[in-house]
Amino acid sequence: MSIGKHIGFDEEVHPPYLDTDYKSTLLRAPTKPLLIQKESLSQTTGPLFNDYSLGALDHDLTKNSVKEGEPVGERIVVHGRVTNEKGHPIPNTLIEIWQANSAGRYVHKVDQHNAPLDPNFLGTGRCLTDKMGNYKFYTIKPGAYPWGNHHNAWRPAHIHLSLFGTAISSRLITQMYFPNDPLFPFDPIFNAVPPKGRELLISDFDLNVTEPDFALGYRFDIVLRGHKATPFENQ
Amino acid sequence: MIMNTKDISKRQTPSQTIGPFFAYGLTPSQYGYDFPSLVNGQMADTKEVSEHIQIKGTIYDGEGVSIEDAMIELWQDDGEQQLFGRYGTGTEDGNSFTFTTVKPKGVNGAAPYINVILFMRGQLLHSYTRIYFSDETQLNTTDEVLTSIPDDRRKTLIAKKKGTSYVFDIHMQGDNETVFFKV
Repeated sequence: MSIGKHIGFDEEVHPPYLDTDYKSTLLRAPTKPLLIQKESLSQTTGPLFNDYSLGALDHDLTKNSVKEGEPVGERIVVHGRVTNEKGHPIPNTLIEIWQANSAGRYVHKVDQHNAPLDPNFLGTGRCLTDKMGNYKFYTIKPGAYPWGNHHNAWRPAHIHLSLFGTAISSRLITQMYFPNDPLFPFDPIFNAVPPKGRELLISDFDLNVTEPDFALGYRFDIVLRGHKATPFENQ
Repeated sequence: MIMNTKDISKRQTPSQTIGPFFAYGLTPSQYGYDFPSLVNGQMADTKEVSEHIQIKGTIYDGEGVSIEDAMIELWQDDGEQQLFGRYGTGTEDGNSFTFTTVKPKGVNGAAPYINVILFMRGQLLHSYTRIYFSDETQLNTTDEVLTSIPDDRRKTLIAKKKGTSYVFDIHMQGDNETVFFKV
């Protein structure tokens, strides 16, 4: 086994496993040093889903779960580009999306927040990047919501995003936030990210994609970790 | 389009927790939500039943309590078959997970294994581990990765064969803390 310098994972922007302000990490963060290993075949590959056939409304959370009318709240369009650290686009990559509704309530059965569910909004969707790495989806702007981490704890509004990239080393689950949220200074999950990384989680308001008389636009570019450009072991 | 060959240095987008409420987005069918799941715990083609193995397990926190809101993903690639599966720990008794797959082959003399990616509330960053198989007695004793791990921790990576199933429990902390990898 090679104990070499670990290349690729940017410790200056990613959060640690243990963050004492985010209390749920206390019993769930690994405590022993992670094992570094030689890169092997199955780590330089990963599920691609590039031929995954999306439902026609998967990318439109304002329409994909309507039952009796339109969801309540502020319609938004979110777009951006998925690249690696060198700016090379990651085409045809799947983005899975989930979020609270405009009242700050998740559909998830365990969410006990006393805010209304929206019968016309499930709050989940998917999209693929195009050949230049661009993606776009429509949704309702999520609300802030309270949680039990500490007294009067509120999460800033955010959208959860899950991406695969090209290898399991590029796997990412993150949260996209909205500009100028007054809750940022008080949120342990946002602040668990080192200072250099925090602004990378905040989307920009984008008038260029804002659709007249329809929806405000936000831009959120996503940078996935590229794996080392070494040949596969079995080649 | 011609790519600019000059490196544009961009910072990676930081990881954030999956949170407690991922199920309707990432494992909707398993949890009974009205949205089709992308994948589930059935990784292998259902036609090749004779070759199937089941992998079952539970994820425990630092107090030995089973974790009810984790998502576990498996990825295997032995150069012949590439299989992926995903399961949430909130639907089965005891918060267990179950995958049906086929055992991968060992690549280049290494013992066969399956990559595990773990997500849960309370993890700001996912964890990686590996599932090796208890009945690979030969390859497990010569495998470069396994032999580099001290005896008392190596066993945390080896799924125990029990009938047609393998049992692979994951301990986030404690005396039996699972070996996690930097990938």
